[in-house]
Amino acid sequence: MGGYTYNELGSIFAMQGFAGISLFSVLLLMALGLAIIFGQMGVINMAHGEFMAVGAYMTYLLATITEQYFPSFMPYYFIFAIIVAFFVAGFLGYLAEFALIRHLYKRPLDTLLATWGLSLIMQQSFRSIFGAREVSPTLPEWLLGSYQPIETIDIPLNGMFVLALTAVVTLGVFYLLHKSSWGLQVRATTQNRLMSGAVGINTKKVDRYTFALGCGIAGIAGAAFTTIASTGPTTGTLYIVDTFMVVVFGGAASLLGTIASAFSIAQAQSILEFFISGSMAKVYTLLALVLILMFKPEGLFASKVRR
Amino acid sequence: MTFVYQKLMGGKNGLTGFIILAALILVVFPMFLDSFRLNLLGKYLTYAFAAVSLVLLWGYSGTLSLGQGIFFGLGGYAMAMFLKLEASSPENTAIQSTPGIPDFMDWNQITSLPWFWEPFNSFTFTLIAILVVPAVFAYLIGAAMFKRRVGGVYFAIITQVIAVILTVLIVGQQGFTGGINGITDLRTLNGWDITSDSAKNIFYYINCFLLLGVIIVSRYILTSKFGSLLLAMRDKEDRVRFSGYDVANFKIFIFCLAAVISAIGGAMFTLQVGFMSPSFVGIVPSIEMVIFAAVGGRMSLIGAVYGTLLINFGKTAFSESFPEVWLFLMGGLFIAVVMFFPHGLAGLWQDYGHHITNKFSFIINGFNKLKAPLIRKKVGEVK
Repeated sequence: MGGYTYNELGSIFAMQGFAGISLFSVLLLMALGLAIIFGQMGVINMAHGEFMAVGAYMTYLLATITEQYFPSFMPYYFIFAIIVAFFVAGFLGYLAEFALIRHLYKRPLDTLLATWGLSLIMQQSFRSIFGAREVSPTLPEWLLGSYQPIETIDIPLNGMFVLALTAVVTLGVFYLLHKSSWGLQVRATTQNRLMSGAVGINTKKVDRYTFALGCGIAGIAGAAFTTIASTGPTTGTLYIVDTFMVVVFGGAASLLGTIASAFSIAQAQSILEFFISGSMAKVYTLLALVLILMFKPEGLFASKVRR
Repeated sequence: MTFVYQKLMGGKNGLTGFIILAALILVVFPMFLDSFRLNLLGKYLTYAFAAVSLVLLWGYSGTLSLGQGIFFGLGGYAMAMFLKLEASSPENTAIQSTPGIPDFMDWNQITSLPWFWEPFNSFTFTLIAILVVPAVFAYLIGAAMFKRRVGGVYFAIITQVIAVILTVLIVGQQGFTGGINGITDLRTLNGWDITSDSAKNIFYYINCFLLLGVIIVSRYILTSKFGSLLLAMRDKEDRVRFSGYDVANFKIFIFCLAAVISAIGGAMFTLQVGFMSPSFVGIVPSIEMVIFAAVGGRMSLIGAVYGTLLINFGKTAFSESFPEVWLFLMGGLFIAVVMFFPHGLAGLWQDYGHHITNKFSFIINGFNKLKAPLIRKKVGEVK
């Protein structure tokens, strides 16, 4: 760590750490949806990144409309954008499950290919509707700027907001899965699909809503994403591999594992990025993950569920 | 004779398909296509190596690799490194600040040849590396995964991540690899100009013979006892394991074989196209190779070749005139193949092909007459 004093190093870690928190939030939101879907149905949704992009584009759309027709509403639109992003992405996910995925539950590898096809179609739709250029919505005033606790540390407000949003969504998902009766049905289906069907749970309906929920959360991730970067048609693809690694590394179907692995991956990448080039930071992070997974294929926190 | 007929060609259907394919790529296409289109076809046929390898790996062993681009790239880069070193002789690169090293290294202020480039001065070493490096790499990945019984979706994703790592590494380490542009400006092979039309023609035929050879070897493997074991493993892995077979070793073997086949394709790609770049290594090319195999028919070695040709010609035709439509079409194709035609073109041929073959039955009858002594001999053996 040549050339840096301890104080500087501390500040670097703090600032890169906070930069990592934005990445952590987006990764966690993406991974939550993916983990729920994968954990319950064993389905890998390659189009998950595109559902995130749907959320991001919805935010952009809403921002543009508000800016043009209701300028006085600008400070508040973002909250609505999150809700709209959730429902639009969720609804599209519902349709995708209905039209495509429910026919392929017995063939997980084929689902992977079919959802890849879906992602290609969605990418091209984004390009046709919103253009190939990257777009970013005009953010409300209160999301801009930063908070400076000491001179050398500069914490962007949008990161804090995204973190809070992630916390709310994660708690919501936890509550939904572990405290509501619907969550009970989901967990029962995850553990034993046949028996759940036998005791009267409509597993097909559970599947469909779970898939929709997962995609909806990806939509929220998209809305959060607009605060840290601009959105293009291929934005989703850039994040999908990282998200998979989060899910696999954390151990599928483990909420705590997903959080821990999203945090470590995002922080490792963000802090390494300061010292070496961004591409090498990614290489080292992914390489470390692959190596760890080779020795511990079940991930950090494997669920003890018998399958 | 029976051995050749049954084991290497796969019986009547296999033989017919093989002869038609050989006739198409060796006689018909060279007769009707100009040299530019033939070179294009040769390029597509190099992808067919990867598609054939996926038939072995995915169709027959049930192990989907989303990283065949890794091995295609390893083979291609090994060949490209040799050709590049030949192209950057001290005379050719006299204007550089360090003559004798590839131009992109000079641009990136590297002053001596990195150690791992050194052995690629030798053509023999390069040829061996094309086969051995992917095999060793596949062995390492395969051993780590299959011994721990990681398979299915996990395996697919890990291979995909490795493809990403390799791409990022190649793009990031510009000075050692040529970066995003890849290794370009390849001119001669042992002093022989590879950009001339005659060289391209010769490479085309070498490529065809290699591909046909790979199909024969693969067919032999699939018709052998090992092939039956692969199928058994795909359908009931536990049962094969409980019968006393070491499932992991079989999977590792087929993964290594698939890697080598893809790498041969990659090396031929470099020779025919004259460059190699990371855009043939990453996620997108790797998954496109899967769709080639899927469209052709994941259970058909010969179908995979047709699938590759069909999609690539479609891609060229559409992306020239309607680039927007192509992605929609490609996406739709993924979905349609998976949902409605899981056995691809080969499956369609099996279901509806007899309507067509009836019309050409005189050809088939001709084959039967040729074959009749064979069959009689076989019956005799059984008695």
